[in-house]
Amino acid sequence: MPAQQIKFYQTGSLVVGNRLLDPDKRTVQADTHRPNALTSGHRACQGCGEALGARYAVDAAIRAAEGRMVVVNATGCLEVFSTPYPETSWQVAWIHSLFGNAPAVATGVAAALKAKGRTDVRVVGQGGDGGTVDIGFACLSGMFERNDDVLYICYDNQAYMNTGVQRSGATPPAARTMTTQAVGDEPGNPFGQGKNVPLIAMAHEIPYVATATVADLRDLEYKVRRAMEFRGARYLHVLVPCPLGWATASCDTIKVARLAKESGLFPVFEAESGEITSVSPIRRRVPVEEYLKIQGRYAHLFGDPPRTDVIAAIQAMADRNIRRFRLWTEVD
Amino acid sequence: MEKPFAITLETGSSLANKTGAWRTERPVYVTRTPPCSRNCPAGENVRGWLYHAESGDYETAWRTLMADNPFPAIMGRVCYHPCQTACNRGRLDEAVGINAVERFLGDEAIRRGWTVPVEAEPSGRRVLVVGAGPAGLSAAYHLTLLGHAVTVVDSAEAPGGMMRYGIPRYRLPRDVLDAEVGRIADMGVTFELGRTVTNLRDEMRGYDAVFLAVGAHVGRRAYIPAGDSARILDAIRVLRDTENEPPRLGRRVVVYGGGNTAMDAARTARRLGATDAVVVYRRTRDRMPAHDFEVEEALEEGVRMKWLSTIARADGEKIVIERMRLDETGFPQPTGEYEELAADTVVLALGQEPDLSLLDGLPGVELENGVVKVGENLMTGCPGVFAGGDIVPAELGGRTVTVAVGHGRTAARHIDAWLRDTEYRPAPPPPPATFDLLNTWYFSDAPARLRPRLDLARRVTTFDEVQGGLDEDTALFEARRCMSCGDCFECDNCYGVCPDNAIVKLGPGKRFAIDYDYCKGCGLCVAECPAGAIMMVPEQT
Repeated sequence: MPAQQIKFYQTGSLVVGNRLLDPDKRTVQADTHRPNALTSGHRACQGCGEALGARYAVDAAIRAAEGRMVVVNATGCLEVFSTPYPETSWQVAWIHSLFGNAPAVATGVAAALKAKGRTDVRVVGQGGDGGTVDIGFACLSGMFERNDDVLYICYDNQAYMNTGVQRSGATPPAARTMTTQAVGDEPGNPFGQGKNVPLIAMAHEIPYVATATVADLRDLEYKVRRAMEFRGARYLHVLVPCPLGWATASCDTIKVARLAKESGLFPVFEAESGEITSVSPIRRRVPVEEYLKIQGRYAHLFGDPPRTDVIAAIQAMADRNIRRFRLWTEVD
Repeated sequence: MEKPFAITLETGSSLANKTGAWRTERPVYVTRTPPCSRNCPAGENVRGWLYHAESGDYETAWRTLMADNPFPAIMGRVCYHPCQTACNRGRLDEAVGINAVERFLGDEAIRRGWTVPVEAEPSGRRVLVVGAGPAGLSAAYHLTLLGHAVTVVDSAEAPGGMMRYGIPRYRLPRDVLDAEVGRIADMGVTFELGRTVTNLRDEMRGYDAVFLAVGAHVGRRAYIPAGDSARILDAIRVLRDTENEPPRLGRRVVVYGGGNTAMDAARTARRLGATDAVVVYRRTRDRMPAHDFEVEEALEEGVRMKWLSTIARADGEKIVIERMRLDETGFPQPTGEYEELAADTVVLALGQEPDLSLLDGLPGVELENGVVKVGENLMTGCPGVFAGGDIVPAELGGRTVTVAVGHGRTAARHIDAWLRDTEYRPAPPPPPATFDLLNTWYFSDAPARLRPRLDLARRVTTFDEVQGGLDEDTALFEARRCMSCGDCFECDNCYGVCPDNAIVKLGPGKRFAIDYDYCKGCGLCVAECPAGAIMMVPEQT
């Protein structure tokens, strides 16, 4: 289990730190001397989930790689807000190429390091859902298929946020984007489209695939640490809410990620060589309404009259996830 | 500097970009008043002492507690813990067992012999405390810590007041009482026991101030037509006598009244051998002033209850009770239906009143409804004479040990200020830490740990303590159930969740600071603070 059951420490394993825990059991983020791979002064929006998720993940990876690490970044928000030339927020060896070729560049970096005999230096590729799910997908699939020694992290905020919130292959049904407006009988993104890249990655039977959210730091850090224990292609898919694109309050970024998991809409699990090895069970189950109604991109579902049919269809997706991934067991 | 091929600019850091300029609101750390201490009549800093107990530093926890209340072991047994009634955790699962942890700390202190040093410079002032009950002893303790010389006078042979002569041993074992009172004596308080103060005006010569806390121990009487052979006693008398020479009550005992004293009297009667102890009360159970758990424990011990009943007559070995009904205003009205009940003794538990004859001739002191009028500083109309506990109006908190201890503490601070010719003005407490300000997601699911109870068989035959204490493991667990409402407990959430690294972690015990150069004012730290210890305030432009 990722969230190990520890003795009762007031807040257990749920908060970032905990003064009652032994220092070696605390998170990387709780450390006064954490790497801070993505430092202050970046131009991400207030409450950006991606900035947070990237620091969480890359800091954990740096710790696991003992500082010897190269990061390859796809174009997207993460690249644009962190590195407007010649300034950068990255405090790690970092290379940027194009929107669609980050996995291929990462493969190249890994190959070059191997050729130089520097297999102690680890490679992490990263990008948003646009660069991963759509534009860079062929490169990503190739990287998986060749089992190149790269951990690829996708920060999924469910649309092309950098260019103004256009739909991507990771945009969920009914969500309003600039290209899927909330008009007509079936407002927002159509049902029955898009793809689930974690499951596709599993189909490549690579050593390690996992999902996580910015709402559970301990779980996210565990998964990065675990991924770094493997050699070969690894994939981590992190849900990072976007206050701008989701039209949520900037203070609700973590809450909305938590509700995505607790409603069952975003299953959190890990898989090795194509088989699921653990899932994070739902702790306090909530109906999907609770998740949807705090997001402006679903506001059209809560008008007068509300689109109960659409909400029910989304609930059915959550229920299917819960069954499929065994996210919830009725107790007593 | 020589730049690499095709590079024209130096690499710069984004730290040059002060994103704090985007902000319209800023987060600030705040401390709010938690419901526990807000509701504590003794003014304890509950969250403060639990904080130390959480890390297993029981001595610091005890010392923090002792700053306000000298009787943790007693409180942990007899306090009705209004803190727990108010505890925010009660809305999540169950209230934190504050009272149980307090008792653990108190017992631990007795076991380890922890003492409180008197560090204040001697003031050269002498204070007379009349009454060695909870109010008087608490005042004596605090006055001593403030550097004054204190003499406590009490008419009883042993100190403790109602804690000894009103609260039965099965709720408060006397070795615990002796240990905590003894600690106050060891601090240098002079006790003059077995001496009744009959005239305060004469008695207070040679003292710079007086704290009057003689308590209320005259049982209130009701007129009951009674034959010559009827045996009618006061509950408070019965409880007092039980301490030295238990009274003979007979097998069938009727207790008249519905307060905690009535329950204590009935439960004491059971332990003294009554096979049938019946409480007669004129209203319904939900209107009984007795605390629910006292009623519950009395019922468990076989005490019977006759609600909606009054005693019409008592005669020989029986009494006649009349059924009552509540009218629209909730007042009991007679119905004219009567019932007979066998009774060897009738014990009246109708409340107590103070005997204030010692105040006769003291200028300025005013009485009202049988109690002493005092100002907000607990001073009577006579300068330098303060009063607290059961002899002041019940509006000042009610009549419990905890309220009395609180009066003693408050009075001591005002007496100190009066002696130093200043004024004691405590800062108003910060705004309350309400449940909606917390982010309870972060608290582990943890049901309350219960204290063990004595076997029922032994409860009705002995005066052994009914409620046991927690062992260290369970006390630690219980302390850690505290949600630290309204104050930082260094969970690092703010430090972690800031997407802009704008929170600076200052190290253990030093908490955090906010780097406003980079804080964009997103509010994530506020939303994800479990304790509600950060708030957003508008930025001044």
